[in-house]
Amino acid sequence: MFHREAGVFKTTYAADMSLFPLPVARKAIAVICVLLVAFIPLVCSEYQLSQFNLIFIAVVGALGLNILVGYTGQISIGHGAFMSVGAYTAANLAVRLDLPFWITLPAGGLMAALIGAAVGVPSLRIKGLYLAITTLAAQLIIEWTINHVPFISGGTQVSIPVPKPSLFGFQFETQRELYFLLLLAAGVATIATLNLVRSRLGRAFVAIRDHDIAAEITGIDIFRYKLLAFAISSFYAGVTGVLYTYYLGIANYEQFQIDVSIDFLAMIIIGGLGSVLGPILGAAFVTLLPIFIRGLMQSMGGLLMNENTLAAVIPNLRLTLFGVAIILFLIVEPEGLNRLWRNSRNYFRFWPFSY
Amino acid sequence: MPLPMPADGPLIAERRVAAVCASDQSERYVTPILTVEGLSKRFGGVVAVRDVSLAVPRGSITSIIGPNGAGKTSLLNMISGFYRPSEGRITFEARDISRSRPNQIASLGIGRTFQNIALFGGLTVLDNILLGRHVHMRAGVLKSVIYWGLAAREEIAHRARCEEIIEFLRLQDIRKQPASALPYGLRKRVELGRALAVEPRLLLLDEPMGGMNQEEKENMARFILDVNQEWGVTMLLIEHDMGVVMDISDQVVVLDSGQRIAAGRPADVQADPAVIAAYLGKTR
Ligand SMILES: Nc1ncnc2c1ncn2[C@@H]1O[C@H](COP(=O)(O)OP(=O)(O)O)[C@@H](O)[C@H]1O
Ligand SMILES: [Mg+2]
Repeated sequence: MFHREAGVFKTTYAADMSLFPLPVARKAIAVICVLLVAFIPLVCSEYQLSQFNLIFIAVVGALGLNILVGYTGQISIGHGAFMSVGAYTAANLAVRLDLPFWITLPAGGLMAALIGAAVGVPSLRIKGLYLAITTLAAQLIIEWTINHVPFISGGTQVSIPVPKPSLFGFQFETQRELYFLLLLAAGVATIATLNLVRSRLGRAFVAIRDHDIAAEITGIDIFRYKLLAFAISSFYAGVTGVLYTYYLGIANYEQFQIDVSIDFLAMIIIGGLGSVLGPILGAAFVTLLPIFIRGLMQSMGGLLMNENTLAAVIPNLRLTLFGVAIILFLIVEPEGLNRLWRNSRNYFRFWPFSY
Repeated sequence: MPLPMPADGPLIAERRVAAVCASDQSERYVTPILTVEGLSKRFGGVVAVRDVSLAVPRGSITSIIGPNGAGKTSLLNMISGFYRPSEGRITFEARDISRSRPNQIASLGIGRTFQNIALFGGLTVLDNILLGRHVHMRAGVLKSVIYWGLAAREEIAHRARCEEIIEFLRLQDIRKQPASALPYGLRKRVELGRALAVEPRLLLLDEPMGGMNQEEKENMARFILDVNQEWGVTMLLIEHDMGVVMDISDQVVVLDSGQRIAAGRPADVQADPAVIAAYLGKTR
């Protein structure tokens, strides 16, 4: 998306540094925006829109996790838990204090950022597998805490119903209404990420990922920026949790267990680490895969097995296919869907000269 | 074997002859920008650096020489904060930096390049150099995320600063290439560019010409002299090529087995019996 082209010359640094330096890329983005804002909500059914909504929510979380994993080179298996921190923060504020959505949303993000930064503290000393285990422990501790502290969880049900979100006096009830809210959230998250990664902060994150000694010699405070990456990434996770809670109408810790952490890691690995387009593609892929599998099995699986077996097989098949997809991408295309997209784009850029 | 003499001395030396001869008297050189006192570094039983003292005059080019394993890199690592001294004190511009972190030392104004090149391989030459601007930029989380306005203006201003360095080091043609794709000599030059972008007042160069051919060495020597004279940056460098060392240095410090065995003007050091003995001992 971000390439210089023969025949396109920049005369100012500002033009050279703009998000989409190529006219063709700007046109493509404009078309996609029109499709998303005007076309899709017009022609799609409520059910189809609900799938888009789930993708939009996932996009926010995947973009955030990618800032930590893809850009800063740290790992987290605790992002599911950070989402639940956002979810319960927002739900409690909404129910107990009757606070509106526009306050509970950033509040959930900020609380998650705080917890995420605390979990990131050991990252100064430990790396890789050990950091993974630490964040895994955080996931379990946060789950346990929510489960055992009624003040947070809202009692024995461990879930808190929340009202439908409203902004500027408008209440988002149907999938079609929620579509616009969540599209806005995903759009803002995308632009924020694009800006972040091309700024001083983003460069510092990449520096830490690529060469921590060289990063220090350029004056980057590694500890500070690692914590910042954890905080920012967890903020996105918290916001994801809040959005999901309002989408479902209930905060429930079972929606944010370790498999969710894994799902989001799958999204950024399959989509492509260290890019902005990657997590978006990955979020769509991972969200749609189970639906695709279910559709496929329901139409074909009936030939092989009965209803009950089918119902039992589908969730396991989903996990298996995830595993296969992750392994395939790691081996065949470590840069993920984003790379596949770039390769095909480059093919057409240079067409008809294929080399 | 005596020390090799500068082969094509006059080429580089011309402009400096006067300064070098005057170095002891010249007022420009009296205040040290960096002093190292009684510095030692032990790794378990190994003593990498033993009770080394030296002063780097402001505005000078000081070279550290010595056989492999003499402790030269360890000394630089202590000055730039990567190793904590076992004993001794390092003072930069009247400030004790013996216990400071590398990033603090960098932002105080000490730049550094590495023997084995430490570039951000996946980033372009331009981004590598822009990273050198980190300590001079201010944008925090909010400004970065919003970008348009303040952060954008800051990026553009610093981009312009980086372009000056790119021009100075003649890196224009490769500014958008990933650093890892470049040949060795160019990578060394990019690393120098990144160090310069920090705007250091003292620059530590660990074998800036290591592994270079003669032409690349001459280019690098020219850059070092220009940086020193035109930008007024004090240089502390490790170098093996005696020709270059004798040519460009105001002061030479000789280390052997972690100890300082000589220090002074190039010509004096070259004639020092202890130095000759050390080099003879190693080359036999
Ligand atoms: N991090 C380290 N751990 C253990 N020993 C080290 C370390 N760094 C340097 N040394 C030892 O210190 C001595 C001096 O090394 P070094 O400073 O790299 O020498 P030079 O740069 O002069 O070739 C060597 O014996 C080396 O093995
Ligand atoms: Mg060395």
